[in-house]
Formats: sequence, structure tokens, C-alpha cells
Amino acid sequence: MDYVIAFLIGGLICGIGQLILDFTSLTPGHMLVLFTVIGALLGGFGLYQPFLSFAKAGALIPVTGFGASIAKGSLLEAEKSGIIGLFTGAFEFTGQGLAVAVFFSAIAALFFNPRS
Amino acid sequence: MAPKKTGKATVKFGNPPVIIGTGSVVGPMEGRGPLAEDFDAVLPDMTFGENTSEKAERKLLEQAAWIAIERSGIDKGMIDYYVAGDLLNQIISASFSARQLEIPFMGVYGACSTCAMGTAMGSMIIDGGFADYVLVACSSHYHTAERQFRYPIELNVQHKETSQYTVTGAGAIVLASSGSGPKVTWATTGKVVDLGVKDPYNFGAAMAPAACDTLLVHLADTGCSPDEYDLILTGDLGIIGSQLFIELAQEAGCDVGNNHRDCGLMIFDRKAQRVGAGASGCACAAVVTFGHVLKEMKRGSLKRILLIATGALLSPLSFQQGESIPGIGHAIAIEV
Amino acid sequence: MSRTFQDAQEKKRKQEAYQQLVAKRKPKPPYLRHFLVAFLVGGSLCALGQFILNIFMRRGMDMNAASAPTLAVMILFGIVLTALGVYDEIAEFAGAGAAVPITGFANTVAACAMDFKREGWVLGMGSKMFVIAGPVLVYGVLSGVSAAFIKYVTGL
Repeated sequence: MDYVIAFLIGGLICGIGQLILDFTSLTPGHMLVLFTVIGALLGGFGLYQPFLSFAKAGALIPVTGFGASIAKGSLLEAEKSGIIGLFTGAFEFTGQGLAVAVFFSAIAALFFNPRS
Repeated sequence: MAPKKTGKATVKFGNPPVIIGTGSVVGPMEGRGPLAEDFDAVLPDMTFGENTSEKAERKLLEQAAWIAIERSGIDKGMIDYYVAGDLLNQIISASFSARQLEIPFMGVYGACSTCAMGTAMGSMIIDGGFADYVLVACSSHYHTAERQFRYPIELNVQHKETSQYTVTGAGAIVLASSGSGPKVTWATTGKVVDLGVKDPYNFGAAMAPAACDTLLVHLADTGCSPDEYDLILTGDLGIIGSQLFIELAQEAGCDVGNNHRDCGLMIFDRKAQRVGAGASGCACAAVVTFGHVLKEMKRGSLKRILLIATGALLSPLSFQQGESIPGIGHAIAIEV
Repeated sequence: MSRTFQDAQEKKRKQEAYQQLVAKRKPKPPYLRHFLVAFLVGGSLCALGQFILNIFMRRGMDMNAASAPTLAVMILFGIVLTALGVYDEIAEFAGAGAAVPITGFANTVAACAMDFKREGWVLGMGSKMFVIAGPVLVYGVLSGVSAAFIKYVTGL
């Protein structure tokens, strides 16, 4: 069941992204920023969590989930250790992914060339 | 009054320069297109054995230039000027190929209109009595153009229906004050026309008004009618730009529908090769004209053609700053 | 003076008329097909994410704890597909279906790294790795921290 919901919800978010690309003159870059900001705002106000509990990966994997994760880390850490935690926590859930992105992209660049 | 100038923007060559040698080199995808037979060389891959695409483009340009020189039957040392351009910042492909060729060099930039602009300038130099032989060349490369104007190659992008595919290739000709071959008889220098199109994925629409303007000026200056040309060839308007070009010309009372074709629609099988609205790039008009059309003229199926090579004079900076895309079209008439 | 004003008016009118013509002649994207493919591909990537999430959760993590390594694995997956030259091919027909999932974010980082290395490892790859992904990071942090701040201060 988790799979079906993740598929449907995640697919729907991507579908909406596609509609934005096709119906407006926003570039993919603008669309992704928009999605991230929406996710981050919802996450910051604690509204993304219920959605995440329901759709699981369907809410986590789209870039909205990335934004929400930044906000969630920020908020959790602030609640634990005060205002400074806002910044300590920003990469709590996303830092691992970012490190992976930097590290393995560099490895990829070392061994692979652009092709097509 | 300048004795060789006719009308607003047209030059009539008293002693029309002769195209004595041509060279065209294309990439693998162009080599699978409908005009493949007419190109002098087709590369097996995009890198041409080089480690950067910029070097590959430079090598393409050198290769095309060498083929043109070889076909012309003259010695490299006899060439007085090398007029060349490309799409990259500071036209490095042209300048760096000139480093190799060691011919007095004039670098020019006209975006995708470079091939007609260079030919017009080369012809003026010869007809003006400043040279006996001029080598004209230009190049573009899909990877270098994408990197400069759009995105990294492996980036996830869905190309739009209106976007055009940059031709990988290079075209070159040797112009001479005498000899046998097709002659450059007229040249009309275009003016920059900008009707406010801002979409960098719809170059055809940005350039069509400029192409139409140049056509109308050319016809008015020379007193020719469109039917007097066997072929009116636009550079890289693509499917959308071509239609707009025909409509704009019609609106001005000039019917080009019958003998108009567009290089950007000729070089690829647009549907099968999935190139959006067609091809573009400096090399598009160059390899189609110098490779295919001039050979058709030699075969006798075409006698008199008008090439209007079109260029979109934007930079990545200008469109990020929200400016519209200025277009230009340069026309040259070639006759056998 | 009025002459140049008239010219400007005329020019503006001409521009507007042409832009209307361009809008009319511009082909429409295949909305439905684009939407469906984006839905299917994006959905599949999320289902794959669910599979990975489940693996971590079966090892006893709660969802909060499992989300970070899940994102990391998906990012690695996106980088591998990019290195093999596959991801841009998927995106050519999947559009937002390939761009919106976190694998698309990974693709932008890896694609830039691979592309700009030719301008040098430090000034090329090093400085330009986040040329495309940067905005997502910047605005994610700006909006996320701001929202968390407001929530924290007001206790909404």
C-alpha cells in the first residue's frame, strides 16, 4: 500500500511540476525553487509532517520534501537548543544527501565525460 | 556616391568573386541526415579525438578550411585574408584556427548569419581590389553552444517544441577574383530588427522579421522579384520562423512560398531525428549552402539563389537580464 | 519631437502585433502526454524511494531517522545514472518527472561537475558544481529557516 500511495502522490507532484512548465514561462530552475520554497514553508509551520506520514516517500523524494527537511531540521534543533539551533539544524536531515551529492559528483567527474 | 552600391543596403559586384573551392565537415548526427551525401567529411563522434568540445570545434573549422583550400587548387600562401567566425565567446574557434592557418585574419561575429556576412565581406574585399583570394569559414558545435548558451550536456532538460538544435560542423569557401565556379553577385547587409521576442527557446520567431526585412530591402534595391531566384534560402528559421517569415513577406506583398526553403529544415529529418523546430548554428547555413546547395548548382539544378543567413544576436547575459532578442539577416546572391 | 513619439508608438504597435502572431503560431506542447509521462516516471522514482525507505525502517529506524539515508541513496542513484549518460535521456521525455524528484537535484550537481571539469578541477568543477542546484539550496535554506524561526518565536 505504501508503494501505491508513494507512486500516486509523488507522481502527482511531478505532474503538477510538468503543468507549470508547459503552461507558464517558468524555467525548470524557477519551478524547482518554487517547489522547494513551498515545501520549506509547509515544513517550517509543521504542516508537511502529516503529509509526510501519509505519503511517505511520495512526499519525501520530490524536491518539496528537500525543502521541508531543511525546515524540519531547523525547527527541531531550535526547539532543543534555542535560536542558534535554527542554523545548526538546517542541514540535519539534508546534510548527508548534500555530502553524498558533492562527493560522488566529484567521483563521477573524475571518471566520466559528458556524452550526448 | 559609392559606385558599387545600389539602393539602401545592397552591393552589386562589378567583377563578381568566384567560389573556387568549398569545404564542409559535419558531426555524426548531421551525417545521418538527408544531406549526408553532399558533405565532404562526416565525423564518427562529437569529440574528434580531442579532450574538449571547444578543441573539437576548432579542429572542425580547420578541417573545413583545409578541404576548401585543397579543392580550390591554390596554395595556402596565396590567400590574402581569412574571414571567419563562430558562436563562442571572443570567437575562439575562428581565432584559434587562424593561429594554425597563418593567414592574415579578420574575425567576425554575426551569430548564425556569419556565413553570409563573411562571404559578403570577403566578396567586397575582392571586388574592391584588396585581395585575389579570400578564405571564408565558420563553425558551430552542439556541445560548445549548449555549454555557452544553455545548460551542461548531461543536465535533465526537456527540449521545447520551439527550440532548435545546434548543428555540429564547419563550412568554408575560397573566393577568388577570377576562375570558374559559382559567383557572388549581390550582397545585402541586414539591419538589426527586434520585435520584442524574449523567448530564448524560440529563435526562429526572433529572427524571422530580420530575414523578411533583408529580403524586402534586397528586392527593392535590385529590382528583382522573388521568382527570379530558383531558391530563396533562409539560414536557420526552423519550422516556426519559416512560417512567420512567409507570412510577414506575404503581408508586405511578396510571395516567397514556392521557392523558399530553410537550411534549418533541410539538414535534419526533423521528426525522425527529434530536433524540435529545426536546426540552428553558424554551421547550419554554412554546410547546407557550401556543402549541399553549391553542389546542386554545379549539378545544374539551380542557377540563381539568394541566401539570407539569419542570426540571433543575444548573449546569455542579455537574456538573463530580461532583454529581448535582436535578430539580423544578411543576404548574398549566388549565380552560376 | 512628436515625430519620434509617433515612430515609437508605431514601433510598439508593430511589436505587439508580431508578438501576438508568434503566440498564435507557437505549437502547443502535448500537455496530456507530458503530464502522464511526468506522473509515471516521477511516481516510479518515488516508489523506488519508498522501497529504500522501507529497507531502512525495517532495520529499526523511525521515519525521521530513515529519511536522511533514503535521500542519500536516491541522490547516489541519480549521480550514477548521470555518469552513465542516462539521466538526460530520461528527462528528455519525462520532463518534470525527472527534474522534481531528488534524483534530479543530484543530476544537476553531477552534470555540472562533469561538464565544468574541463575548466579545471578547482575553478571549473569546484566552483561550478552548484551552478544549477545552488538556487534550490539557497532558497530552501532561506525559506526553511525563516519559516522555522517564525514558528519557533510565535509558537504557532
